[in-house]
Amino acid sequence: MSTVQTSMPAQTAAAGEQSLWSRLRASRNWAALWFMLPAAAFLILFLAYPLGLGIWMSFTDERIGRAGVFIGLENYLWLWDDAIFWLSVFNTILYTLIASVIKFAIGLYLALLLNRHMPFKAMIRSIVLIPFIVPTVLSAIAFWWIYDAQFSIISWSLIKLGLIEHNINFLGDSTWARASVIFANVWRGVPFVAITLLAGLQTVSPSLYEAATLDGATNWQRFRYITYPLLTPIIAVVMTFSVLFTFTDFQLIWALTRGGPVNATHLMATLSYQRGIISGRLGEGAAIATAMIPFLLAAIAISWFGMQRRKWQQGSNND
Amino acid sequence: MASVQISDVRKSFGGFEVLHGVTVPIEDGAFVVLVGPSGCGKSTLLRMLAGLENITSGTISIGNRVVNNVQPKERDIAMVFQNYALYPHMTVAQNMGFSLKLRNANQQDITSRVKKAAEILALTPLLERFPRQLSGGQRQRVAMGRAIVRDPQVFLFDEPLSNLDAKLRVAMRTEIKELHQRLKTTTVYVTHDQIEAMTMADKIVVMHDGIVEQMGSPLELYDKPDNQFVAGFIGSPAMNFLNGHLKANGQVYVETEEGARLPLATAPTASDGKPVVYGIRPEHLDLASDGIEAEVIVVEPTGSETQIVARIGKQDIIAVFRERHDVKPGERIHLRPRASSAHLFDKDTGHRL
Repeated sequence: MSTVQTSMPAQTAAAGEQSLWSRLRASRNWAALWFMLPAAAFLILFLAYPLGLGIWMSFTDERIGRAGVFIGLENYLWLWDDAIFWLSVFNTILYTLIASVIKFAIGLYLALLLNRHMPFKAMIRSIVLIPFIVPTVLSAIAFWWIYDAQFSIISWSLIKLGLIEHNINFLGDSTWARASVIFANVWRGVPFVAITLLAGLQTVSPSLYEAATLDGATNWQRFRYITYPLLTPIIAVVMTFSVLFTFTDFQLIWALTRGGPVNATHLMATLSYQRGIISGRLGEGAAIATAMIPFLLAAIAISWFGMQRRKWQQGSNND
Repeated sequence: MASVQISDVRKSFGGFEVLHGVTVPIEDGAFVVLVGPSGCGKSTLLRMLAGLENITSGTISIGNRVVNNVQPKERDIAMVFQNYALYPHMTVAQNMGFSLKLRNANQQDITSRVKKAAEILALTPLLERFPRQLSGGQRQRVAMGRAIVRDPQVFLFDEPLSNLDAKLRVAMRTEIKELHQRLKTTTVYVTHDQIEAMTMADKIVVMHDGIVEQMGSPLELYDKPDNQFVAGFIGSPAMNFLNGHLKANGQVYVETEEGARLPLATAPTASDGKPVVYGIRPEHLDLASDGIEAEVIVVEPTGSETQIVARIGKQDIIAVFRERHDVKPGERIHLRPRASSAHLFDKDTGHRL
């Protein structure tokens, strides 16, 4: 606003009004707000609103076909004493932890491998992506056959090789079932990790490796001192996503085991679905789903603070 | 410190040969500049010296040891890269001490050597900064610091100044030369900039299309270029070339197609009528009443001197004067080449006659 004193206040006001409008028209932030609105509306309608509704529902005794009343923490207190709920929490953490670690290890290894010069590089890179692009349910059904108690190709091959005598009951035994769903999840999740880390690897200038070679670094030292530290920001991002996806996994489990045998593979997401939709106790299902939120926030917080410490990324890049 | 011998080195990528038998002897403690246009193979040669590229045939030795099959880290060389290749996640001190750390030197030793190198390069206040927080010139100095911390047998520089602005480039040029005079480490420096080559080198190796065109001291190359390529490459503005025929009947001169007579001090024997290229450097042309007639196209004053682009018939010629002549575009002037400073090249082979 102008600070110049004038003897004609009426005209100044008119000029001020006009300038407010013209300032709005010229303002990039004002324009940005309008550009943002559709996306924001979309997110509020389809993400924030259902989330809020779900959290609210967890404080009610709503059932399918019957509106609920507010019952405070009753659902949560009920779950607190529910052994199956705690088993699902344990299963989810176990599933997420093991699958994420394996996905990271294999993904990183594949990324390093794919980053080398080799024949048919583009083709191999596309092949790696296949598990990622196949619909989850489709791959789950494929795994279902692979793990089938009678027709399993794995059991068949091992028997033919003379290594075992009877079919392995992949999805019927609790330990085998856990291992089987984790394997299927890893198979699906590795391409995402591998391709993202590969993208990260390709941003590392080759001259850094050459400089390190001349500085006397061995292969392992080049990885340890150059590749790994330069890759940490992208590792943090990709592993956060991987953990979030794995923690909230539903489709694969539901298609393969539906939580069985004896709840050995029930994750929080599948239990929530079973209690909320199948049994119709929406309030209780919502409470289980809401109970996942603190875990997810913790995972995000870890990677967030992990990334923030990297001082070398800050500062300008231009000369 | 060590001498370096590059003997008949060839390099092929697939079936395509980029270096066709290059031999360069480098004396202990010398500052040798490999210079040439893009794609002449100078960087490839340097990378082979560093061990980053395999040698297809021929030998490279450092000191008295043939290093063809020696790992880069065993060669005891340090290299400064064009983009500096500083480790972005390490501080200046860590960058400089990295090679020592890899060799399991003790921390005290690393600190003292880094400190010493930092003092030489005026980097002491920057030791705890990250590369991103440095200016281009500072990054360049860190890259050099990383090299001198190791106290190697040979320094290799791969176009180290080409990412800097013009003013900084001149300053760093002096710094590198001063550093060499102080450390006296054998240095091989690659550049495409002939001014860098002229100002810094003890010995210049001019490369072109995978061969060595000529090597020698800067002034040798300037005064007695072996061929037309070297003559045109060394010197700025570049040497003027005028096509013509040699006349050696009594009076010796070169006659251009337009009939202008270009004076010569001497002519090779039995060469009358031979088609030749007459080379004359811009500063060896004088304004005179009896010279070759030329039309002024552009006048470019630089302050210390004035460059005049003029046209003789269909050929352009550049003349440089320390004095400030008052000439205007379109004006007709007379330029007289100094006969003793003229160069004569064979029209077909480009060799000096």
